[in-house]
Amino acid sequence: MNKPKYTIAVTGLNAIDSPGPGLAIIRGLKDAKSFDVRIIGLAYEALEPGIYLHDYIDKTYQIPFPTAGQEVLFERLSYINSEENIDFLYPNFDAELYGFIKLQKHMEEILGIKMVLPTIEQFEERHKVNLYDYGIKHDIKVPKARAIYSTAEIPAAAQLYGYPLVVKGKFYDAKVAYNNEQAAQHFNKISAQWGLPILIQEFVRGSEVNVCGIGDGKGNLLGAVPMRKLYITDKGKAWAGISLDNERLLELTRNMVESTKWQGPFELEYVKTVDDEYYLLEINPRFPAWCYLTVGAGQNQMEALVNLAMGKEVEPFKSYKVGTMFIRYSNDLIVDINEFEKISTIGEL
Amino acid sequence: MRIKKNIAVSDTGFIFNPSSGDSYSVNPIGMDIVRHLKQNKEIVEIKHAIMSDYVCDDATFEKDYYDFTMMLRNYKLLEDE
Repeated sequence: MNKPKYTIAVTGLNAIDSPGPGLAIIRGLKDAKSFDVRIIGLAYEALEPGIYLHDYIDKTYQIPFPTAGQEVLFERLSYINSEENIDFLYPNFDAELYGFIKLQKHMEEILGIKMVLPTIEQFEERHKVNLYDYGIKHDIKVPKARAIYSTAEIPAAAQLYGYPLVVKGKFYDAKVAYNNEQAAQHFNKISAQWGLPILIQEFVRGSEVNVCGIGDGKGNLLGAVPMRKLYITDKGKAWAGISLDNERLLELTRNMVESTKWQGPFELEYVKTVDDEYYLLEINPRFPAWCYLTVGAGQNQMEALVNLAMGKEVEPFKSYKVGTMFIRYSNDLIVDINEFEKISTIGEL
Repeated sequence: MRIKKNIAVSDTGFIFNPSSGDSYSVNPIGMDIVRHLKQNKEIVEIKHAIMSDYVCDDATFEKDYYDFTMMLRNYKLLEDE
């Protein structure tokens, strides 16, 4: 049987110490059994390592930062599409998702580029700042939190939750603070990078467990693999992890997808306390950087998502291999200056 | 008291809890006790088996056995029947 060949564009090529999910997604797509792929990388900066990994990415184009606005992004994507005829696009950064969700209809109707993304309501509702209310609405335990706009608000929040507490950025980054001074330091550092508001969250002690999955937008969970972080970097990222046999986590995930009619990929971040209670820390509306573990465990969720967009019948995954591990590693790419010059000046490589 | 059904125990003494992702290593005596617990044996049977394989008196066995099973319980590897 002839397999279709899709041209798929992927962002998140920053395979650095706090990696984007792009390369993991590309590996999943290259492993797909039901189609072949040509991969188009979409990069923001010339030093994103994925740009130079030619075994994974056929061609890379630079795209404008989300702050440039949707019109500029659409214009750039129109040009890239005129060159590459893209079938599907995987946006992978929280910060860029809003723009892509807003452009989704346009991109499909005018450019013929499909995406599977949460709706704008789902995206906004699960936002860190709104997560506590989200938990109440959908009957999910969430640590108490409040958004603040100045360091002057820290003592009041600390009075409510006590120390330690967690200082979080609106898109990325979270640090534990043990006193007002530390909290103020974290506030300044995170807000300088990611802007305001900053979230002050109650600290829940326990081990971190995450779920990577996809929802079909009708309340059905198409796939889910729970993972426990075995090694966490100083940036809080999983450097090693293992797939778990955890029916409670899967039940919580099924309930979340059913209750919210979640559409597209997601990562649920939980803390499991010593009393076996689960607190939801975050819902990331995209695949996480460790998503290739799902392929290793027998669920190629990246392939399933593309097939869902292409209107193919996608059967929910029924199982996965428990005890599958991932261990991340770093590597030095040797790159010719000509390549760096090309992407820096022409914006294509 | 028995080892939870889903706990995987290898011949080399590697114990894996698939619910939590935790793994442990036990020495050969620990391995023997875990294997007996997996077979739902009572303490009397386990004591008999261990004391026939190792030189040990009653009191030492009981003290070490309870210490060991307490540790297994703390790690949530045991369940009550």
